[in-house]
Amino acid sequence: MSSNHDHDHGHNHDHEHGSELSEMQLRVRALETILTEKGYVDPAALDSIIETYETKVGPHIGAQVVARAWADSGFREALLADASKAIAQLGLQQKVGDHLVAVENTPTTHNMIVCTLCSCYPWDLLGLPPAWYKSAPYRARTVKEPRKVLADFGVTLPDETKVRVWDSTAETRFIVLPMRPAATEGWSEEKLAELVTRDSMIGTGLPKAANEVQA
Amino acid sequence: MNGVHDMGGMDGFGKVAPDPHEVSFHDEWQAHSFALNRIMGSAGEWNIDVGRYWIETLPPAVYLSSSYYKKWFLRLERLCLDRGLVSEAELASGHSSGPGRPLKRKPLSGPQAGVGLTRANHDQPPRAPAAFEVGQKVRARNIHPRSHTRLPRFARGHFGTIERIQGCHTFPDAMVGKGIEQGEWLYTVVFDGRELWGPDAEDGATVSIEAFEPYLEPA
Repeated sequence: MSSNHDHDHGHNHDHEHGSELSEMQLRVRALETILTEKGYVDPAALDSIIETYETKVGPHIGAQVVARAWADSGFREALLADASKAIAQLGLQQKVGDHLVAVENTPTTHNMIVCTLCSCYPWDLLGLPPAWYKSAPYRARTVKEPRKVLADFGVTLPDETKVRVWDSTAETRFIVLPMRPAATEGWSEEKLAELVTRDSMIGTGLPKAANEVQA
Repeated sequence: MNGVHDMGGMDGFGKVAPDPHEVSFHDEWQAHSFALNRIMGSAGEWNIDVGRYWIETLPPAVYLSSSYYKKWFLRLERLCLDRGLVSEAELASGHSSGPGRPLKRKPLSGPQAGVGLTRANHDQPPRAPAAFEVGQKVRARNIHPRSHTRLPRFARGHFGTIERIQGCHTFPDAMVGKGIEQGEWLYTVVFDGRELWGPDAEDGATVSIEAFEPYLEPA
């Protein structure tokens, strides 16, 4: 949506769109116009930020990290010890910030990430959070009834698996390192990354099974 | 503050509704609300904690009934008014009536502003050694400050265990309450579900919070 955005803020927008503008369109536009006229906001920066989060930053970054951890035990250990440092050394095109923490799923522990107080989420690795992550039901229920929340995602865990919920109440940001699916021995990192879903890195889903990815 | 934003453990909101056709922004104004917040948030006039507080202090009914990026917009509008960056008259007219004032920092600018944009670092130099160690039993203090805090209500008064020491970070309560960057040790504290929810907990569940040292007392 940013590519055809008109920088001529405050002029002729009604005519451009040819339809009645919503209250929020009008209010955002008014504030944006004022902040731009005062020189605080550079429209080019605004477009660049929108474009970055719409097209460049997303779960594919986290998937690369998970695939590397599955393929390289040395990297896995470094990731679990200090995720920001380990990921910085991968030299990914999109940089990641500090205070990232990777938590590992095992046959006995399943991790889930939530932010009960707002919407803290590992943007640098997963992009902007999905609407459900920011919603009242997810924020309210995950700390109290995580298995029932998982059921809303169609996920059922073995009874013996313990669920661990991480509430992101400070500036640490969490990503789940899911378990590597069976029958993927010898797969390339690129192919392993195809198994990694966004939800599997939040803990509300599991990675795809080997037979869900084209050989 | 004991606000409606502090949702952990509340009932009655219904099912979680994943959307397989999720998009980042449903409308252009949402994308603009997001980017305007990022730009103005980079000007040093307020930090992330202050920004959160100005969402938490929206009237509860507004908070609950507004979409995510509407809340972001309302926060930005209120902060810009409070900090004298815009006036009510300007918002009403939709135009600036005079030049801006100098900002504390030059905000993000230029066509590459989004590239390589990452979160800020929140480390602070420690003022004292960490008071707690990994494995130590602690109790989350039973506190109910009227200002900003990141100690969720569901944990207050409950006993948990220090699992990790995450370093020394900017203390949100002091940032909002006193306007100072005060370093405090940050811990991952894990609670047993039964400790938090009693017999209504799910079997085997544990919950951790990221707790600043002033939120904790020895058990």
